[in-house]
Amino acid sequence: MSGPLLQVDALTVHHGQLCAIDDVSFSIDEGEILAVIGANGAGKSTLLRTIAGLHHPTSGSVLLDGQVINALPPNRRVALGVSLVPEGRRLFSSMTLEENLQVGAYHANPGPFDIKRVYELFDWMPSRRKQSVWQLSGGEQQAVAIGRALVANPRVLLLDELSLGLAPIVIEKIYALVPDIIAQGVSILIVEQDVSQGVSAADRVHCLLEGRTSMTGTPAELTSEEIDRAYFGAGLSSTMPESGAAS
Amino acid sequence: MSIALPPVAPRRSLVVRRSTHSPALTLVGALVLVILLTIAPWIVPAQFATTLTNFFILVIMATMWNLLAGYAGMVSIGQQAFVGLGAYATLYFALKGVNPFVTIPLSALVCAILAVPITYLLFRLRGGYFSIATWVVSDTALLIIGTIALLGGGTGRSVPGLQNLSPSETAHFSYLATWFVALIVVTGTYILLRSRMGLVLASIRDNEVAARSAGVNVRAARRTIFIVAAAGCGAAGAVLAISQPFVQPSNEFNLQWAAEMLFVSMIGGLGTIEGPIIGSIIFFALQQTLQQQGVWYLIIVGALAVAIALWLPRGLWGAFRARFHTELLPVGHWVDQLGDDD
Amino acid sequence: MIWLNIVIQGALVGGFYALFACGLSLMFGVLKVINLAHGDMAVVAGYAAVFLAPRLHLPELWSFLVVVPVFALVGYVVQRTLIQKSIDRDPFTTLLVTFGLSVVIENLLLEVYSANGQTVNIGSLIGRSWHPASIIYVSYVSLGVLAAAVLVLLALQLFLSKSGLGRMIRAVADDQEAAQLSGANYRHIFGIAAAIAFATVALAGIAYGMMTQFAPTSGGVNLLFAFEVVVIGGIGSLWGTLVGGIALGIAQQFGAHINLSYQILAGNILFLLVLAVRPQGLFGRKNAVS
Repeated sequence: MSGPLLQVDALTVHHGQLCAIDDVSFSIDEGEILAVIGANGAGKSTLLRTIAGLHHPTSGSVLLDGQVINALPPNRRVALGVSLVPEGRRLFSSMTLEENLQVGAYHANPGPFDIKRVYELFDWMPSRRKQSVWQLSGGEQQAVAIGRALVANPRVLLLDELSLGLAPIVIEKIYALVPDIIAQGVSILIVEQDVSQGVSAADRVHCLLEGRTSMTGTPAELTSEEIDRAYFGAGLSSTMPESGAAS
Repeated sequence: MSIALPPVAPRRSLVVRRSTHSPALTLVGALVLVILLTIAPWIVPAQFATTLTNFFILVIMATMWNLLAGYAGMVSIGQQAFVGLGAYATLYFALKGVNPFVTIPLSALVCAILAVPITYLLFRLRGGYFSIATWVVSDTALLIIGTIALLGGGTGRSVPGLQNLSPSETAHFSYLATWFVALIVVTGTYILLRSRMGLVLASIRDNEVAARSAGVNVRAARRTIFIVAAAGCGAAGAVLAISQPFVQPSNEFNLQWAAEMLFVSMIGGLGTIEGPIIGSIIFFALQQTLQQQGVWYLIIVGALAVAIALWLPRGLWGAFRARFHTELLPVGHWVDQLGDDD
Repeated sequence: MIWLNIVIQGALVGGFYALFACGLSLMFGVLKVINLAHGDMAVVAGYAAVFLAPRLHLPELWSFLVVVPVFALVGYVVQRTLIQKSIDRDPFTTLLVTFGLSVVIENLLLEVYSANGQTVNIGSLIGRSWHPASIIYVSYVSLGVLAAAVLVLLALQLFLSKSGLGRMIRAVADDQEAAQLSGANYRHIFGIAAAIAFATVALAGIAYGMMTQFAPTSGGVNLLFAFEVVVIGGIGSLWGTLVGGIALGIAQQFGAHINLSYQILAGNILFLLVLAVRPQGLFGRKNAVS
């Protein structure tokens, strides 16, 4: 095994004068699921958007296969296998379900996923493929957004707040797909405010607090107390790791 | 265990001031300038007085356009509507026997009143659509005025009431009128921007959504500025009509006025009081030097304005100010640190 | 019969207006840029047809075969350089820059070709018309332009809805960021959209020169009409553009029927009425207006 697939190294990102991400480092191996959890405003979305190329880091770098990709625009990162499912779905509102998937497939990498495969994954889609996306429910829209990212055949899929605004039963259904996706050799980076979902799906958990790493570990190692403290910041010193979290 | 605490910033006392230099010095300088410009027509050749008149007409228009675009974010390319309406209001009042010089404030008032219903139409559109709609309004005003026989229709009519003045007297008086209007417009803008309205506009410019949620009535502020700018351009139209003294729809409603306002503000520096004045000086210098070469001055000024918009968005004065930290007519505030308290 | 003639003549002019406006609409829909030099670009195309096509031994009627592709190329390049640079600053700058360009282009044309009127010479075709009833004359040129407009709109519609590239253009128009996350190079897509807009405006400019005289200052008036068409038809709606063009054409013919000097005024009044009563236009979506 060579190095990690995706690596974030001492990443610092500012929004104007506000520091959103402060010296965060971690990495994901091939086929791994990493959950980044944190409260509102912890910098999770900024982190994903920076990895996808929508924000530029103030310092530090994003590496794919050991290559720094800081300077690449989002579309070039898609071509290298980094796809983001953005917060709030962001479907193309003037288009049908199928057209949304076709847009995703237009610059697709070769790989296991295509529109047909997505239709197999979500069996309700074929019968509604001609519908405008605004006629779909929130959960269905989220499924289309995931499908749109999958058809590009990413090597690492970035999922931003999948559960936002969805009913628990819908969230469960969507998370049930994760093993299917991983089985195709895709790595997943999940960002969640909903801690239980993120932690139960992940191989490793990385907690952010006000832009800094407050805790890392595998779900098995971490007690829910530790997670709560890292999440909310109470008694920070007792769970703070000795040194930098990532190797 | 390492505990990362944010460093506590040492308390410093801050002092807020407006000027970058002694206000007394500015005042003395301004007084000298005012006196000089007031007696200018008697110390310079007659044809130069006309040039100075045209210069101050441009200063008035550009100052108003800068207020609209530079401070309130409204790119109007139809400001010539109010130049034309002001000129025609002056013609109308003069035809009714009012002394043309007395009509100047009246014409400004007419334009302000006409601007009110116009904002209700225009403010339905955003950005570029707002811009072209201002032009439609101007075009419509031109076409309507052109159908009124009393005002000379499409061919125009000379402004009565100035016949008992000699040509040089007309030139001198219209210069004085223009210069005083320019003085009032620039000082008025300066006072307006130092008032609460200046803060409101700055908040809209920085973040419209935040300003709105902080209770700023964005629409009302924009409407006020639009009306003020209409009045100012109306006054410019009035002095334009007197200085000619002939009005014609295709001249007073010419899109070229909007082009000049825009170019001059951009070159000098949008969002500064000094910018339009400096831009006007550059524009006139170019126009006077290149007047033998047809419209080349417009081509050069236009290209210069485009280049400045792309590479020097705060204009010449903005760049100068950023470099030397100086302001002649400050409307903002400077914050200085006096040093550590502890 | 007079009324029928007004409607027919209005619809014929309306086709031209729609051809003129669809590029403006596309640029706004995809790039969110109002190109204030749109009208002047059309005039440049007219001059290119009159002065450059003969040098290539091409009849002026067929000049569009050269001018239109050249304009598409110019559109792509201007977009990737000047316009993109101003988009990167802010929407405000795009207005200043395109208005500056408009004035520069107009005055350059004045310097080079003088203020004299020009026409695109199409030989004896200009005078010919179809004469179905007593006072109704349908000029072949106007009919041809209307047909071209419908064809262009149809082709554009098909391209945007059926082709992959067309879908990417719509994706960028819908949500630029999400389109980038789907692999779109939005700057390239912007360039393509600008190329199409420039191509249609070149066609419109040449058509204009076939129908009537033009001069360096013709651009402004035509931009006004195009803009009125877009607002009347509904911002961002392709077929709305055609309906808007025909509505404007009929309003102008109606005004001209009352008094020749009311022609343009009637169009402006229709525009202001639509703005007052239905600001999203006849076919528009609400989100285009504030």
